[in-house]
Amino acid sequence: MTVLLSGWGGTAPSAARVVRPRDTGQVARALAAAGPRGALPRGLGRSYGDAAQDAGGTVLDCTELTGPVRLDPERGEATVAAGTPLGRISAGLLPRGHALPVVPGTRHVTLGGAIAADVHGKNHHADSSLGAHVRSLTLVTPDGTVRRLRPDEGETELFWATVGGMGLTGVVTEATFATLPVTTAHARVDTDRTADLDTTLELLSRDSGHRYSVAWVDLLGGGRSIVSRADHAGVQDLPARSRRAPLSGGGPGAAPTVPVTAPRGLFNRWTVAAFNHAYYHRAPLRRRGRVQPLAEFFHPLDGLRAWNRAYGPAGAVQYQCVVPLGEEDTLRAVAADLARVPTFLGVLKRTGRAVPAPLSFPRPGWTLAVDLPADLPGLRVLLDRLDERVLAAGGRLYLAKDARARPETVRAMYPGLPDWRRTCARADPDGVMVSDLARRLDLRARPEKE
Amino acid sequence: MRDAVGSVRSVLLLGGRSEIGLAVVERLVREGAREVVLAARGGAEVPHTLAALEPEVHSLDFDAALYGTHAGTVDAAVELVGDLDVVVDAFGVLGDQAAYEADPVSAARDSAVNYTGHVSVDLAVATRLREQGHGTLVVLSSVAGVRTRRFNYVYGSAKAGLDGFAQGLGDALHGTGARVLVVRPGHVPTQMSRHVDPAPFPATPGQVAAAVARGLRTGAHTVWAPPVLWPLFTVLRTLPRPLWRRLGR
Repeated sequence: MTVLLSGWGGTAPSAARVVRPRDTGQVARALAAAGPRGALPRGLGRSYGDAAQDAGGTVLDCTELTGPVRLDPERGEATVAAGTPLGRISAGLLPRGHALPVVPGTRHVTLGGAIAADVHGKNHHADSSLGAHVRSLTLVTPDGTVRRLRPDEGETELFWATVGGMGLTGVVTEATFATLPVTTAHARVDTDRTADLDTTLELLSRDSGHRYSVAWVDLLGGGRSIVSRADHAGVQDLPARSRRAPLSGGGPGAAPTVPVTAPRGLFNRWTVAAFNHAYYHRAPLRRRGRVQPLAEFFHPLDGLRAWNRAYGPAGAVQYQCVVPLGEEDTLRAVAADLARVPTFLGVLKRTGRAVPAPLSFPRPGWTLAVDLPADLPGLRVLLDRLDERVLAAGGRLYLAKDARARPETVRAMYPGLPDWRRTCARADPDGVMVSDLARRLDLRARPEKE
Repeated sequence: MRDAVGSVRSVLLLGGRSEIGLAVVERLVREGAREVVLAARGGAEVPHTLAALEPEVHSLDFDAALYGTHAGTVDAAVELVGDLDVVVDAFGVLGDQAAYEADPVSAARDSAVNYTGHVSVDLAVATRLREQGHGTLVVLSSVAGVRTRRFNYVYGSAKAGLDGFAQGLGDALHGTGARVLVVRPGHVPTQMSRHVDPAPFPATPGQVAAAVARGLRTGAHTVWAPPVLWPLFTVLRTLPRPLWRRLGR
């Protein structure tokens, strides 16, 4: 069935034939049957741009590649089918006293998609990205080979090309990852409101006591922020009535749906500034040790279904970059540029150790993510300028968010790209695996001769 | 691929010498396009202003009247640049109404270029865009086709046909990833139109190009250049015939 697919930002849709494999065998058959425009796995479509689209090709909707969460409590490892959403994995782990090692901003992503984007969470400064916790994964390549890949033995290059590889090495059908033992399903959250960006940076950089930290930054308000820092709550942190079942009640509450697509032009500097202002002042100036269900702490935006409709018919672009530690001036310059347009609350995070995956995004430093209306006049020029700043500082863009960068920019930001291309070319010599993102950024160009 | 801010990588211009078409191509190259195919009868020269932007430019022989060659032209363009992100259909002839009336055969010949030539090549383009699952066909219509006038009804009626065809094609392509953008410029002073008296609300080729870029960015199906022509023609379309007939140029 031919279906028009787009990313979460709703920009640049393209049409593909969609198939829904239920097991590894069906994945292999779907890849073998791919036509001249190739094939690509897709999860829950939370990439903002065109990463999960393959115009004119075959898209494998992997959301039926699901199964139970198989926990090995001795080793602290869980094995799950790759189409399973992280929310469901978390719900399977928490009552047994385990948590996901890395939780991205939404729980509506599949495990396979999370590996392909090598997602990070509020604990990146402490625990790195998801790839650092994957112990093995099952990869189906277009020739029908099913491989069990590990990070430290065998075809390690293909493992690390798959982590962060945006689905372009093959289809992940199952993965095993290390879990985090927890005693409750709650977080103990400290909240601070800061007056400007410098205070925010200061607060985040001298903090290493917390496992989780993030700042919601009001760029239109001079970078004032709401800084949340948290740890997993212990039983003694819970109110008495919750102590009897400390591992329950960590899941999400009911989520209303954004009913209609917002009208064009709803978001301008004034409406967005007003929203940011209200959001900022809703937070407490300083609050310590508030106990909150994990899902609520991790995914405030999941409280609203289909919230991307709020962007309006033209959709949104999310700009997310990382700059190395010591490049705070670049961060300030980027923030100043963004303060001239209607920028929603940005998300600022300190990032830690990188994984050895050539296309993995996070590097030690700072990552900033902002949402912008896609039909904003001058957006192209603005974001091209930000790219230059980020590139000059030795930073990079997140491919899972990108919807508009230029190929030469991304090539310069990811020096591991030639290695990645060679690994891809060995696993998929005919170049079957392809996406709109890969076409636009020329990711799968033939590797240069070794 | 068209990206989230409307930039593309490749452009095929049908009517490789069209001033308006070239202005559109230049604009798209300024916004990031790297590969250009100019298709014109006998091939097309690369204008200096375009060459200065340093895109990769290819030239193809394309004759609007030779319908049998059109699918081959599209294939050749794909062979040169791969996916066609944007195809600008800009060719056409603007003859003199009085001359047409004196020489009906020439009127029919020009009408074939201005209407059926587009039908043939645009359908071939649509087939390719449908296969690739993305791409925008930009069709240069004209306000002359929105309501035909006594002063240029041969040209205007062909544009009316083309405009209707392009709208229908756009609807037929809905859901395929491919799109049609209908562009309705007012009078544009160019080489082609120098023998025609100017009309109110003229547009420059650059304004038409800006309108196309806007349409690509917002995903519009119709753009007018200048934009004021849209409300103006909404009114003019409803004028009673006796009044419309009496309107000057």
